[in-house]
Amino acid sequence: MAELSYRDAVAHGIAQEMRRDPQLVMLGEDIAGAGGVFKTTVGLLDQFGPDRVRDTPISEQAILGAAMGAAMTGVPVIAEIMFSDFLAVCFDIVANEMAKSRYMTGGQMSVPVVVRTANGGGSRFGAQHSQSVENWCMMIPGLKVVAPSTPSDVVGLLAASIRDPDPVVFFEHKSLMASKGEVPDGEVIDELGKAKIVREGSDATIVALAYMVPRALEAADRLAEDGIDAEVIDLRTLVPLDTNAILTSVTKTSRAFTVEENPRLCGWGAEIASIVAHEAFWDLDGPVVRITTPHIPLPAAEALEDMAIPSVDRIVTTVKENLD
Amino acid sequence: MHLRCTDVQFAFDLVMPGSYIGVMPRRDPVNDPLSSLRSMLEIRRFEEAVEELFSRGLLHGTMHLSIGQEAVAEGVCATLQTGDFITSTHRGHGHTLAHGADPTTMMAELLQKNTGYCRGRGGSMHIADVKNGNLGANGIVAGSMTIAVGAALSQQMIGTDKVVVCFFGDGAANEGAFHESLNLAKVWDLPVVYVCENNQYGMSMSQDRSTAGGSVAARAAAYGMPGETVDGNDVEAVCLASLEAVERARSGGGPTLLECITYRYRGHSKSDRNLYRTQEEIEDWRDNRDPIQRFIGKCVEDGRLSNEQVTAAESAARESLRRAVSEAFAAPDADPADLEGAAYA
Ligand SMILES: Cc1ncc(C[n+]2csc(CCOP(=O)(O)OP(=O)(O)O)c2C)c(N)n1
Ligand SMILES: [Mg+2]
Repeated sequence: MAELSYRDAVAHGIAQEMRRDPQLVMLGEDIAGAGGVFKTTVGLLDQFGPDRVRDTPISEQAILGAAMGAAMTGVPVIAEIMFSDFLAVCFDIVANEMAKSRYMTGGQMSVPVVVRTANGGGSRFGAQHSQSVENWCMMIPGLKVVAPSTPSDVVGLLAASIRDPDPVVFFEHKSLMASKGEVPDGEVIDELGKAKIVREGSDATIVALAYMVPRALEAADRLAEDGIDAEVIDLRTLVPLDTNAILTSVTKTSRAFTVEENPRLCGWGAEIASIVAHEAFWDLDGPVVRITTPHIPLPAAEALEDMAIPSVDRIVTTVKENLD
Repeated sequence: MHLRCTDVQFAFDLVMPGSYIGVMPRRDPVNDPLSSLRSMLEIRRFEEAVEELFSRGLLHGTMHLSIGQEAVAEGVCATLQTGDFITSTHRGHGHTLAHGADPTTMMAELLQKNTGYCRGRGGSMHIADVKNGNLGANGIVAGSMTIAVGAALSQQMIGTDKVVVCFFGDGAANEGAFHESLNLAKVWDLPVVYVCENNQYGMSMSQDRSTAGGSVAARAAAYGMPGETVDGNDVEAVCLASLEAVERARSGGGPTLLECITYRYRGHSKSDRNLYRTQEEIEDWRDNRDPIQRFIGKCVEDGRLSNEQVTAAESAARESLRRAVSEAFAAPDADPADLEGAAYA
């Protein structure tokens, strides 16, 4: 076991896989000598050289198109899109090309690409550098969607994503970069589509992802002081979605809450709410409640951003109000 | 006197001794005109059949015909080997056939059969033939232009001598992806041959009205790569230009941009009343500059082909297409039981 920061875990996980597969290549802006804007790729250039750790021009379409073309023809790629907001600039490749090629060609091709990207709010960067856009990708058949909350999940889920034959969008949360956690020694490989119960409880299920996981956990601790025993689920991957873990938990607790950074409309929590309402309706003691950001572009000012993104306080109050 | 494809290889050896790496083009319209004639006739008959089936209500969805543009597909693909890669466009039947696809399997795809290239999941705009190196048609204008860069990157990294031909239209040259693609391909000196099939319109928008500078080939200079404008209705000219570009790419000389001037006779797709161009313009191209008739006329005149050979090639193309259509019709329909298969591995 070694303690690693979330950001170091990214480079650690990538290095593990680049050592395993000598074909594996990285493409992205400022990822080589600069070590990445979030310092998530520090040291990789030295270990693997400029052929495999490639700085690209500021050309997001070309980064993802090149990643896809290479992956289709024998060279798997980890591509970095600096901020997840920039996926909008190259979304054709994500949504129309990578996601659909296997299906459209009747299974003739595989696109083993991992698109890594920095996601989420809390950095006061304003509306074009703070979004949580995992829901954009969740709604597109053909993509897998991953968003780890801890350093060991970063390493294990990166490995699983890289070894997956389908395109995976891997969301690294900006506000978790400095967080630390134990990462097992040796090769770490996790599994996509498996949620984790990160706190057991019997009174309510709180479903969270990425940066909302530590907030949900802190909220659960505070709720416990008031005698409410909340179970917290870290989804870890949105596609495949571990509906089983969610439904099992809700069957036990009879109440479901989702905590997401997505804006109100069509955030992933809505999908979970719909699944729970449909498949666990008779086990519920009350409505499924979503805790989200409002339907606004994210503001830069601290006071405003903090108000927008679900806080520990808001989770605690919402759960309490709804359990009364 | 005709330039011969082999002359270009020879010239390569003169300029850069030992640089020719010995990959022979698969067809040679100059020295073996019959094989290229057959290939162009196959494309023409295939698309005429598609058009007819469509108008008789036997084929559904959409399709974009390249009738009149066959010399581009053939001239370029003749210079490739099976296993070289191509990326194609919504108007891709010609590229696909010229790169070795089986017409029956293609027709089966258009007829929504389970035996089609994509088992009915793709249709006309998404035919891919990966075994032969065809990475697929694309429904997004310029959608495959950056993908071509990646296919070339993988070949450079693995160390093969395969090249990637990236077909695109004049309209696609005004998409951002065009610029990102050419820039990156040159920055990394990748083995890509960009082939702009300039049929002078993107839907109803003429190239004059859409393209600043008036030339796609001229844009090559901005990226520091060779650019050339070619008579796209002259299969031999296309072949020679392509041979040089392919050779450059194969030997590590980086990308080239070819702009092949051609013309589509049919509407943009099934629904097009040609309001943006005159009947005279269409007839002029069709009657005076048809790539197949021109090629036949020239080869018969200089004795490379006899009238008998031409007639035989024409009836062979018709016959093989007839067979393809009837075999495709007889095949089982796309299977709804496997609706969700292939979305993920
Ligand atoms: C991104 C995108 N924009 C618009 C369209 C609609 N569209 C399909 S084909 C076409 C014209 C393309 O022109 P060009 O590249 O010259 O190819 P051509 O049809 O002439 O072969 C357009 C606008 C599309 N499919 N994709
Ligand atoms: Mg055009």
